[in-house]
Amino acid sequence: MPDTPASVEDVASGLRATGYLPGESTALVSYLATQLGKPILVEGPAGVGKTQLAKALAESLGRELVRLQCYEGLDEAKALYEWNYRKQLLRIQAEADGTGWNAVQDDIFGEEFLLTRPLLQAIASEEPVVLLIDEIDKTDQEFEAMLLELLSDFQISIPELGTIASTTHPIVLLTSNNSRELTEALKRRCLYLWLDYPELEHELEIVKLHTPDLPEAVGRRLVELVQLVRDLDIKKPPSIAESIDWARALLLLGATDIDADMFRDTMSIIVKHRTDLDVVSERVGVKLTPGLAGGAPVNP
Amino acid sequence: MSQRAGGPNPRAAALHARGTSTGGQAPVGIAARLLEFGEELRGEGVAVGTSELLDAFSVLDHVEWTDRVLFRESLATTLAKSPEDRRIFGLVFDRFFFRAAEMAAVEEGVREDGGIDFDQAGEFDMEELRKLIAEAIQDGDGDRMSDLARLAIAAFGQQGEGSGVVGVDVQRIRRQLGLKAEPQPDLPEEDPRRDGLPRDEIRRFEQMLRRELERGQIERTETLPPARPLNEIDRALPSGPLQDLAAVHRTVMQLKRRLKTQGQEQRGNRRHAHVDVRKTMRASLQTGGVPVELKFKPKRPRRPEIYVVCDVSTSVASASVFFLSVLHALHDSFRKMRSFVFIERISEVTEVFQKERNFRAVSEAIGRDAGVADVSGYTDYGRVWREFREQVEADLHPRSTVIILGDARTNGRDPAAEVFGHIAAKAGRTFWLNPEPKLYWNYGDSVIATYEQYCEAFECWTTAHLEEFVKALTRPVHSA
Repeated sequence: MPDTPASVEDVASGLRATGYLPGESTALVSYLATQLGKPILVEGPAGVGKTQLAKALAESLGRELVRLQCYEGLDEAKALYEWNYRKQLLRIQAEADGTGWNAVQDDIFGEEFLLTRPLLQAIASEEPVVLLIDEIDKTDQEFEAMLLELLSDFQISIPELGTIASTTHPIVLLTSNNSRELTEALKRRCLYLWLDYPELEHELEIVKLHTPDLPEAVGRRLVELVQLVRDLDIKKPPSIAESIDWARALLLLGATDIDADMFRDTMSIIVKHRTDLDVVSERVGVKLTPGLAGGAPVNP
Repeated sequence: MSQRAGGPNPRAAALHARGTSTGGQAPVGIAARLLEFGEELRGEGVAVGTSELLDAFSVLDHVEWTDRVLFRESLATTLAKSPEDRRIFGLVFDRFFFRAAEMAAVEEGVREDGGIDFDQAGEFDMEELRKLIAEAIQDGDGDRMSDLARLAIAAFGQQGEGSGVVGVDVQRIRRQLGLKAEPQPDLPEEDPRRDGLPRDEIRRFEQMLRRELERGQIERTETLPPARPLNEIDRALPSGPLQDLAAVHRTVMQLKRRLKTQGQEQRGNRRHAHVDVRKTMRASLQTGGVPVELKFKPKRPRRPEIYVVCDVSTSVASASVFFLSVLHALHDSFRKMRSFVFIERISEVTEVFQKERNFRAVSEAIGRDAGVADVSGYTDYGRVWREFREQVEADLHPRSTVIILGDARTNGRDPAAEVFGHIAAKAGRTFWLNPEPKLYWNYGDSVIATYEQYCEAFECWTTAHLEEFVKALTRPVHSA
């Protein structure tokens, strides 16, 4: 795999080779990120492949993926680095009485006592990596502010050690479910990519890629139904991963068509909310032809 | 503009010729254009900073900017950084570059060859054309639709004289083509219009018509019409009866998630936080009993008791039903909630919302059961306050919140501000949401100023306003 792709097409075909079908802007923005060394901020509804994009990108570029999962209350100690205080304590106690304080201090704030967390790991890595900061919107604004230095200069300041700058430029992806507005300062440093549910043809391609054995007609029917369900007013619209799961299930069942019975039996793969189930079976189920003898038996 | 199949588009060529003639790999022409474009985005409220523009330039070094999609997406990724901005970007982009290309064409004197020959137009078989267009819309075939849009203009332009107003002409042509989203059962079996056409595609076709008509106008007059700012309505609250329910719900979901994470933002403000002794002691075990790390009690977001009083007279009805349904969707954020609707008199509808989950069903149920439909239809604020006071005064206490939604238009009746003041004094906080833009406040029979002295008044006619308000509502109060 080439380390830096030469064109948008390169990126697109690289991603495709890993089983990720990028949309037009996805490939473009990924390409620009590798060229300009700017982080990408990926936003979109749940389940459109934001995290998957980072994985695919890492794989296609032959880089290691370093992942930082954000959550409420994530702090520097868990994201950047931490001093291994147990080891430090032991070190102090093991010291002979005569040693001066200065010598000990220099000693215990060495790299040996530093626990690297994902961000530092990505910066300090010898090999170029892909850094994924997942669900950045779950953290608080202070954490975002802390990221700014990292994202614009790719360096981290540790008071006791000095500044650690990256030798290799990581590709950074930040994902967000848009549950809160991110700060302007953070957005300013990023390229912005909005991922939405794919168009019908695009999703069909994705499903085909993952379940090549599924009959064409069933695949199309499935994608049409998924798109129909997404348009309904439900709590959790089905994601791409769920369409793929459904396709796999249908393949296992040997379905040749999706009729009302088949839909009712397998619907729970794409719809996962009690009230949603009611809405979907009421609005979509009736549009399907009632179960025919042709449908494969559910229990062999 | 989608390029037509028959040869390269002369206008696009003219624009590019202009760009490259000034020489250099990043021609001056395009740089100035980009700055203008950034300026126009700012004008529509997209925050475009200098660093964003610099990014846009550096991005264009890396892509073929003669490819329309690449060009557009490259600009979008650097200039528009939220879904909302993205949408505005799309609109501004189309408008800006359409105008730029037309301008160039006028300056260079380029006229399109193979334009429509109006003498030929009479030969079109009208029925055939209708059917062709309906089919193209049914299939969502963009290229065919744009070709047919030109034909349609030619054909109908000859029959009737154009009104000269683009919007009117578009609607006239649409009517004559019989394009409707609703099924038309009286049409013959094989006609694609019989089962109704996809609404989005019809809208797209209308846009193409509009574009072609504008193009024709520019070509005739050789000047550009003045640029229109984007319609504010584009951003207004979903209110019409035809509104997409799913869109309403998405707004609500968004609000809900933001409310959930909101407590988080308060965390940074630890100065007034209380130390949680138990947790601190527990944490100190790690450091041999020395309390190195203090643990604080989390701040709980305020969960207010809410009384909503909503005007449902025709002037504000759609906004208020939307608003009520938002509040009820947010029910878990509140401890207790009672809703009232009023026109001339007041009635409680809390139960209606608990039973019905569906927005439309709710608005129907309110119209049917709430007992507000049978009165004169003119709001009487004075009477409403008195009745409201009678019903809930005993329950009001300093921790309760009263929210009024209405336009404060009294139809010349007594506003009874002192009764309202009394209610506001009893309740902890009182908010007034006015679905009218601030510009119209206190004009005509609007008496919002008399009420404003007792409460906080917000204008509330876009989702952004609504969000601001919900934030204010759940903001924890610092007890002094």
